Amino acid sequence: MCLAIPGKIVSIDKKKEYASIDYGEETKRKANVSLVDVKIGDYVLVHAGFAIQVLDEKEANETLDLFREMLSYEEEA
Amino acid sequence: MFSLRDKKLANEIVSKIKTLNVNLKFMHVCGTHQDTLVKHGLDVLFKECGIDIGQGPGCPVCVTTPKEIEEILLLARKGKIVTTFGDMIQVPGEKDSLQSMKTEGWDVRTVYGIEDAIHFAEENKDKDVVFMAVGFETTTPMTASVLLKNPPSNFSILGCHRVIPPALKAILDMGELKLDGFIEPGHVSTIIGSKPYEFISTEYKVPQVIAGFEPIDLLMGVWMLVQQVEHGKARVENEYARVVKEEGNIKAQRVINEVFEPMDVKWRGFPVILRSGLKLRDKFEEYDARKRYEDDLEEIINKEFTEPKGCRCGDVLRGIISSKKCPLFGKKCTPNAPVGPCMVSTEGSCNIEYRYAKNQ
Repeated sequence: MCLAIPGKIVSIDKKKEYASIDYGEETKRKANVSLVDVKIGDYVLVHAGFAIQVLDEKEANETLDLFREMLSYEEEA
Repeated sequence: MFSLRDKKLANEIVSKIKTLNVNLKFMHVCGTHQDTLVKHGLDVLFKECGIDIGQGPGCPVCVTTPKEIEEILLLARKGKIVTTFGDMIQVPGEKDSLQSMKTEGWDVRTVYGIEDAIHFAEENKDKDVVFMAVGFETTTPMTASVLLKNPPSNFSILGCHRVIPPALKAILDMGELKLDGFIEPGHVSTIIGSKPYEFISTEYKVPQVIAGFEPIDLLMGVWMLVQQVEHGKARVENEYARVVKEEGNIKAQRVINEVFEPMDVKWRGFPVILRSGLKLRDKFEEYDARKRYEDDLEEIINKEFTEPKGCRCGDVLRGIISSKKCPLFGKKCTPNAPVGPCMVSTEGSCNIEYRYAKNQ
């Protein structure tokens, strides 16, 4: 039930309450974005119709490199 | 978008853990973690590495008490439109489930989120609409957020929200099993951040890692826990930094605190856990179905309800036994004819075990 799906914000309403989220494969759905600060193009995690966090794209892209680094660091330690 | 499936790295982590020759028991508290573990065979792989990982009370539907189930069934029987998440509908009560009542013609509706329930309330002004609000910190902000927006007067919630950190403390205090570490749930942590777990490491010296849901996240999370154990450390580490911030989602925390306050509550399989539940603050009591329909619920207010006969969900939720050790598993209890909630919910470890065993 705590499942959250990542999607990209394609538009936001004027009140910044709802956004249209693109989940890929031509699936778009409206989600409430009142719990996050977002702009068009941001990736968000959506749970039960609400965006709960903005994905840190830089962190995400660096995740695997970071893991590799941690593995080799532990080896040296 | 972000590819986190790196087989070479995965193999590297596994072989490194194997060389350490450990014998450890970890617990996670999240159905989605369990899904990843079983779906990808990581549970078996970790066992081969000397690491046993169990689910614990990480399934909101599963930890909902028999009494709460009877409350919502009674409200449906009193003619309210009852709305809740799909997983909740099939959970058996003493005689009925919401599913069986729906078949009998009572008005039970499945929703994707609380906003769907509000929609039903707006469409049915002459009827009472009750939303059974189940879920951990990930889901609570949605309930709180909706209640802050003046929902229709015919709308109310049967509050069953619970919070994770006091349950971790309860597991340790009960002392039924010796744990070497906790894998903390990524999306609960998205909301609460890492601080609320710190007391577990400082007071109980138990290592913790907040982890994401890709197989590589769990491999890395376990590796990080093993490293803490090996180096005699106990602290909260964050493997899921691409989503989880140290401070969590402050906006969501504010919304929760504005609407709810902590209360002591029972969990299925557990005694009362201090400050592990959430009740509506006085300002919002008009939306509290337990208060609004006090008369309707009177007949069960002092009644105690027990778990179904033979059901070991309580032991599964406390991490005492694995699903397969329950004598009813796969025999008297299957997803088509579930005895307890752990076989109903797609986040329940019995359901997950059964589903993937079938596919193998």
